[in-house]
Amino acid sequence: MTPFTSLLSRAVPLIRDNIDTDAIIPSREMKSVAKAGLSDGLFAGWRYTAIGGREPNPDFVLNDPLYQGATILLGGPNFGCGSSREHAVWALAEYGFRAIVAPSFNPIFRGNCIRNGILPIEADPQPLAAVDGPLAVDLTSQTITTPDGVTTRFAMEAEPKRMLLEGLDPIDLTLELRARIRAFRDKDRGMHPWHYLDVTGNSQ
Amino acid sequence: MTAPRTLFDKLWDAHRIATLGEDSDLILIDRILLHERTGGIALKSLEEQGRRVNDPAQVFVTMDHVVDTLPGRTDATIMPTGTQFITATRDAARRAGLTLFDLGDPGQGIVHVISPEQGIILPGLTLVCPDSHTCSQGALGGLAWGIGSSEAEHALATSTLRMQKPRQMRIMVTGILPPGTTAKDLALHILRRIGSSGAHGHMVEYAGPAIAALEIEARLTLCNMATELSAFSAIIAPDDKTAAYLAGRRLAPKGEDRAHALAYWRTLATDTDATFDREEVVDATQVRPMVSWGTSPQQAVPLGEVVPAFDPDQRLSTEDAHQRALAYMGLPPGQRLGDLPIDAAFIGSCTNSRLSDLRRAAAILRGRHVAQGVRAICVPGSTAVKAAAEAEGLDRIFLDAGFEWREAGCSMCFFAGGESFGPEERVVTSTNRNFESRQGPRTRSHLASPETVAASAVTGRITAPADLEAGI
Ligand code: SF4
Repeated sequence: MTPFTSLLSRAVPLIRDNIDTDAIIPSREMKSVAKAGLSDGLFAGWRYTAIGGREPNPDFVLNDPLYQGATILLGGPNFGCGSSREHAVWALAEYGFRAIVAPSFNPIFRGNCIRNGILPIEADPQPLAAVDGPLAVDLTSQTITTPDGVTTRFAMEAEPKRMLLEGLDPIDLTLELRARIRAFRDKDRGMHPWHYLDVTGNSQ
Repeated sequence: MTAPRTLFDKLWDAHRIATLGEDSDLILIDRILLHERTGGIALKSLEEQGRRVNDPAQVFVTMDHVVDTLPGRTDATIMPTGTQFITATRDAARRAGLTLFDLGDPGQGIVHVISPEQGIILPGLTLVCPDSHTCSQGALGGLAWGIGSSEAEHALATSTLRMQKPRQMRIMVTGILPPGTTAKDLALHILRRIGSSGAHGHMVEYAGPAIAALEIEARLTLCNMATELSAFSAIIAPDDKTAAYLAGRRLAPKGEDRAHALAYWRTLATDTDATFDREEVVDATQVRPMVSWGTSPQQAVPLGEVVPAFDPDQRLSTEDAHQRALAYMGLPPGQRLGDLPIDAAFIGSCTNSRLSDLRRAAAILRGRHVAQGVRAICVPGSTAVKAAAEAEGLDRIFLDAGFEWREAGCSMCFFAGGESFGPEERVVTSTNRNFESRQGPRTRSHLASPETVAASAVTGRITAPADLEAGI
């Protein structure tokens, strides 16, 4: 995973309530069993003039030349609600987004962001939408700074922060604890044998 | 004496392997469910990284999302690339030695329908699935929640997840649901009251006399829509109904194991003095048959009411979101929902496709016929539900009434690029999401209980079952 330290970019304002993962990547755009090739389908229902088409809708903010290459997205409350599909985050990441600022995130979506190197920032996006120019996002200091030097701090828990900063693979980290996991399961099996199945469905 | 704990605290503590830092724990995962839509990619990605499934016996795979539901189905799908999802998932599941409920298997069906049916979810277990409606399964008193595909890979490779403990909320439902109202109406009533971020990030425990009175299948319906509240998940403490429901299920404990399990399950309740971060009290006696009018499940009203105008005093929605929903649904404020003509009716999905749902809908359809011009579809949630329904002749009632009778799967609960309802078609649906284009490009979905869907199919307009019976 690419480590996340800081960003400098304009922020794309898409501040609507309850932007769901179907809107971020419509199901019909998830055409293959792959994590790649999804960015074309990002916000497809809003971004193109016709369903399934690729003619850009000039009224949609992502098509505004001002925001080409932007890596920060501003969203509304309950961002990423709906289906748990990680494709929403893969599409956002492939398109180039590295940070999303929204008043609140759906919990599954937020976890998916962290696992894919996208920083989910819980903050009011409205003041940032009014800024004309690039925002500086810094994860180490947990701050967003406007071109006028106005700095806001955002909250981020220790574990996801470390994951993002170091670009760590959580599976590798957990596999280091393999012996403890095995010991815990062995003890638990003694107490709740019916929690442990063999492939025919009998307790072991 | 230990401090009083909630049911969730007890399950969390019982599964905490290690503390990883100030705010995260390593949690043991007992069961992992996968489906071909999001699970296949997790298996494939795991393989590509040279990793193995830690304990294949704890993993169950089903085909539900992109498979066709028309009779005589094969691996070929109406969704253009669906076959790829099916074969990739099947092949990866076989290579990893996982239990697979494939097409044609009597155990096949929607993941959240088959899990309780087979006794995969049990009280006191942790269960995860890369699917947001995994919260349904908390109805059995297990800790079940939806995750992303990367987390699924983590769970597969390690039998654990790295987790932050969510905050907790209790929704106490007092009184008893009035006759003619269902768990679906209760779910929509709660959504209307606290909104689609109303339980944001919280573990919700449903409790109270109205919950105790619900049968297990109704509890599954209620917990199903916890993700619509943006909850982490939902849970209901196991009771005698839970134990009775699980008796004899394929993977549920038997013999001596069952005796121990029953004793353990009795300890799985919130202690009297335990506290929650939030408490909500809902009066079940106030619940009426509900229908959604907008594009978020919180935009729902009792059937007799009209489409509301934006009310600046309520805090749940912005004016922009309200207007956008009205425009999308093609509805003016003040429109009586009861008069609204429909184009289609859909009974199915992990919310409402179990045997009890089909029985209640069939009771309304018996001796009646779907209105002219209305396309009506019934999709049993699992192959076992379908077989049980056919054994009691429910399929005949649906077919005679003019409904299509399908093979089990998610079907037109969501649009994956295959079958769908038409643009601007108005669909009364027993599903859980009325998002824009959820059931097809620009379709207009109205969420309701299966009986309301059945009654509406008969009259060709949104209709409360009681009004149909009364001949209104
Ligand atoms: S029935 Fe619908 S909501 Fe349920 S798992 Fe399938 S697609 Fe998701």
